[in-house]
Amino acid sequence: MDLDRRKFLKVIGITSLSLAIGKDIKAEDTKVNKEFNGVLYDASRCKGCHGCEYDCSEANSLPEPAIIDEDAPPRKTDETRRTVVNKFETSKGPVFTKIQCMHCNEPACVAACLTQAMYKTPEGAVIWREDKCMGCRYCMISCPFDSPKFEYHSPNPKIEKCSMCFETRISQGEIPACAENCPNDALLFGNRRELISEARRRIYESPDQYIEHIYGEHEAGGTCWLYISPVPFKELGMNTKLQKESYPALTKGFLYSVPSIFVLVPALLLGIQQATKINILPKENEDE
Amino acid sequence: MNKDLTDSIAAERLSVWKFILSEFKPKGKILTPFNVISVPIILVGIILIVIRFWKGIGAVTNLSQEIPWGLWIGFDVVTGVAFAGGAYVLTFMVYILNMRKYHSIVRVTVLNGFLAYLFYAGALLLDLGKPWNVINPVIGNNFGVSSVLFLVAWHFLLYMIAQLIEFSPAIAEWLGARRAHKILSGMTLAAVIFGITLSILHQSGLGALYLMAKEKIHPLWYSEFIPVLFFVSSIFAGLGMVIFEGSISHKVFFKQISDEHHKEQRGIIHGLAKICTATLFVYFFLQLIVFIHGKRWDLINTPMGYWYLVEMLGFVLLPMLLFFYSYRTNNILMIRLASILTMLGVIINRLNVTIIGFRWDIAVHYVPSWMEIVVTLTVLLTEIWIFRWVIRRMPVLWESTIWKKDNPV
Repeated sequence: MDLDRRKFLKVIGITSLSLAIGKDIKAEDTKVNKEFNGVLYDASRCKGCHGCEYDCSEANSLPEPAIIDEDAPPRKTDETRRTVVNKFETSKGPVFTKIQCMHCNEPACVAACLTQAMYKTPEGAVIWREDKCMGCRYCMISCPFDSPKFEYHSPNPKIEKCSMCFETRISQGEIPACAENCPNDALLFGNRRELISEARRRIYESPDQYIEHIYGEHEAGGTCWLYISPVPFKELGMNTKLQKESYPALTKGFLYSVPSIFVLVPALLLGIQQATKINILPKENEDE
Repeated sequence: MNKDLTDSIAAERLSVWKFILSEFKPKGKILTPFNVISVPIILVGIILIVIRFWKGIGAVTNLSQEIPWGLWIGFDVVTGVAFAGGAYVLTFMVYILNMRKYHSIVRVTVLNGFLAYLFYAGALLLDLGKPWNVINPVIGNNFGVSSVLFLVAWHFLLYMIAQLIEFSPAIAEWLGARRAHKILSGMTLAAVIFGITLSILHQSGLGALYLMAKEKIHPLWYSEFIPVLFFVSSIFAGLGMVIFEGSISHKVFFKQISDEHHKEQRGIIHGLAKICTATLFVYFFLQLIVFIHGKRWDLINTPMGYWYLVEMLGFVLLPMLLFFYSYRTNNILMIRLASILTMLGVIINRLNVTIIGFRWDIAVHYVPSWMEIVVTLTVLLTEIWIFRWVIRRMPVLWESTIWKKDNPV
């Protein structure tokens, strides 16, 4: 028993030490204190020219978008296109919506990824890193917006999703291709905090033109991509049932219980084993 | 140890490799119905696996961007691992609670569990887009520690090692390695304690995987208690499998089993039926609490609601009552029937969470392709082949008399 206790203390010591060190590293990370970049999409300004789709495919070397039939059912992003613009017939006439990865503040895909292939950069973009990914598609299960797309027909498949042009443009000091080239100024790239102020200003100055809701301010714990619109977002085919808390918070309780189970259960099992062992000793002697 | 014995051990060691080679020859009849059916399926399955790695996952599966996990995860991994739960429950009963009555079935259950993990984790590799990167979360600095899947992956790996240690005395007996046997037997208790802890965490972890898919799973099957429900149901899933598999083994491998064990079997099944009744009751009660707590009455009068009632009443409550009635009346046949119902119930439950209830609201539903089913069968049948190979050679169902004194407990 002595040895077991010593071992037990050793494990506790190592665990607490590693916990302490782990916390230190995390604390350093937050010291960077950068504010997230984001993009504000104004549905009342978008004229549906689909230029951003072409710019996106060019900037990310994806196949050029096929001819777009606006009366067909709304398209979705897939492994060949990171963004699409759809037309919706709404209570205020036709309104366009652009969809792409929302770049959550606390992304479910990043929490889900077991290899850190999905990564939230300090600048705000959520990127996918090919060399780390093992293709388990747990990010796709977890993402509330269904953003990551998978190449099902490739022996060496990739995950395709909007990266806010992080590697190709933001890291070089440029802004995302779609936001740079939008002819109607429907896309505004900037600091997320300032974008929310800007969105509020637009809603305040022309209350008839917008509904009073910034999609992405609180959805899924807040996203870097923000939307304002003249009609309720439900009419634009957007998911309005999302929770306000971040999605990784849903697994927090389970993950927090792991260390305590790891410490308590073995001790309990060893205790039960020792306690029940005595009952069978006389029996064993009888056998011999 | 006297000189003769050491000599004989040295001679044995030399011939170990020869012995292993000779053991690869088939024992028993070759043209059995099982072989005739399984061999063509396995061959087709291997071709499909080659196509899958050549053309990509989409070439053989019906998976889509909305439904990225299908039969291979929902059935092979999530359901298969639940059925392998018998190993941790039985090792808990035998090594922790010292219930000697169940000792004779521990080895076969642990073997079953180990092979299940080995093959279902193997099936996981088929489903990975880049399986060569599977070592990333194990080595290197790519630890995604905030991921439930990270926890599950590590636990699979560690639990397989723990189970291998639990089973290793049988391998040592087979090879005649006396010293290794002594060392490995000494590690059993540690492996058992570690293994049970790992099992509690990853059985529930498989449920916790789906916690972030909050809006994607039908509300009747989604709750924050999925991990607890998965853990509790793995107990009777595992024991149901032990009863079921035990009944088959006792027919198929009749000669392998000593008379003593044949006599014990009735008592063992009877005891397991009691535990199943209790855990099924706990599970049913938990489901009821989740249902009432979540105020889900309005969901009952829908097609999915009826399906939920079928699962809860037909495959949880009914087998519970059957188990209860049959252990009171000592009706072994009815216990077997109840165990089959229980297992069907677990399959239905896991598929409801992972496939049937997952994105139940979208236009194009996922139905596995015939190729996915054949690959699943290939995994299953290959596992049975290996299981049979081991059973016929290693002291799993029988105890070798020479070794009896060395065996702990």
